[in-house]
Amino acid sequence: MRSLKLTVNGTPVVREVADNRLLVDFLREDLKLTGTKESCGVGVCGACTVLLNGNPISACLALAVHADGGQVTTIEGVAEGDRLHPLQEAFLAHGGFQCGICTPGQILAAKALLEANPHPTRAEIQHWMMGNLCRCTGYYKIIESIAAAAGATGT
Amino acid sequence: MTPFTYLEPASLEEALALLAQHGDEAKLIAGGTGLVNMMKQRLVRPEFVIGLRALKPLADIAEHDGLRIGALATLRSLESSAAVRRAAPLLAEACHHVATVRVRSMATLGGAMAHADPNLDTPPALIALDGQIVARSRRGERKIEADRFFTGYFETVLEPDEIVTEILIPAQPAGSGTAFLKFLPATHDDYATVSVAARVALRADGSIAEARVALGASATVPVRATAVEAALAGKTSDETSFHDAAALVLRSIDPIADFRGSADYKRKMAVVHVRRALTEAAARARGPADNR
Repeated sequence: MRSLKLTVNGTPVVREVADNRLLVDFLREDLKLTGTKESCGVGVCGACTVLLNGNPISACLALAVHADGGQVTTIEGVAEGDRLHPLQEAFLAHGGFQCGICTPGQILAAKALLEANPHPTRAEIQHWMMGNLCRCTGYYKIIESIAAAAGATGT
Repeated sequence: MTPFTYLEPASLEEALALLAQHGDEAKLIAGGTGLVNMMKQRLVRPEFVIGLRALKPLADIAEHDGLRIGALATLRSLESSAAVRRAAPLLAEACHHVATVRVRSMATLGGAMAHADPNLDTPPALIALDGQIVARSRRGERKIEADRFFTGYFETVLEPDEIVTEILIPAQPAGSGTAFLKFLPATHDDYATVSVAARVALRADGSIAEARVALGASATVPVRATAVEAALAGKTSDETSFHDAAALVLRSIDPIADFRGSADYKRKMAVVHVRRALTEAAARARGPADNR
């Protein structure tokens, strides 16, 4: 067991975890932050995307100990109180989800994109979001939502 | 994953001491994209996992007479680095094609070398760039040519007490151009069906001074296509030369059939993509007018 000290969604957290605990299990089971979904479990689908120190990562491939001392952002930390993030507003306005299970990962991946590149082209959005799968195949609406949140125009 | 004890050394010396002590029972972890998947599948069950993330200087990228890349530099930092794009655009190009931005944010160049999955994109790029891998242990330090580093499927020349600390890329020859092609018939984030890294150096008269070609996903190790290289030395840089030389890649590769294609299909695609990569590298060597 190890003692972890980290910040999750702006709140300091101190917890004991097993050395082989995965970050996704730490978030979902220990912290009850079940907005982060696990789907493929091999880092391919993007459902478990969270931000570690601002970088998008697969929480299913990260050891919880690797978040020690770091800052983790999950879908629960994207809105500010009752005020939704512009990306969340855009996903609602543009129908950027269908069943919703991939949505937390999509929003976190898109948040990292807009922080790295506030005005991406459609091609840049598509390249960045390529690793976040939507099995309802709602890709066009997802791209549209991100483009709208970024204030992007044209193609 | 089976239980393990996680150790996090604060210095390289401490890491080397831990590795000397635990050797075969230990695995090093950097980004974890390779090791965690292998532990989840119980392909490896280390007793100790030694985390390298506190060794911050090992993530540095420095440019002088080529590149010195710390083993912990992430693929994302390499594809975004102005120094890498300037001194070794082939490596930036290869990193950009790896999986997804999430994987590139986690995975490190040193990790890719030590993991030695023959499907990876960065090993052929380093071979084409004439790169070296620096390995340290308490016994000392050695530099290993990238094309002599990989010995088998997920196997390298590394000893159990050695850590990859740096990757060295020499200054590229005058008049050279490079290209990385990753053939992805299914999805963009997949492993390659075949990948090709090529470097072509041209003389002032347009003839080929030297060509280097390496492939991923084509054998149990990333391979250097020496027959292709030998056939091109001194030849005219034209379609015929590249067409004829590309066919010789079949002497160097031995792909396996999987859901990315039959062995025969991969052999055919290797020939096509070697020809295209050489053509593109030569076009870039000729200069901005041809720079696409």
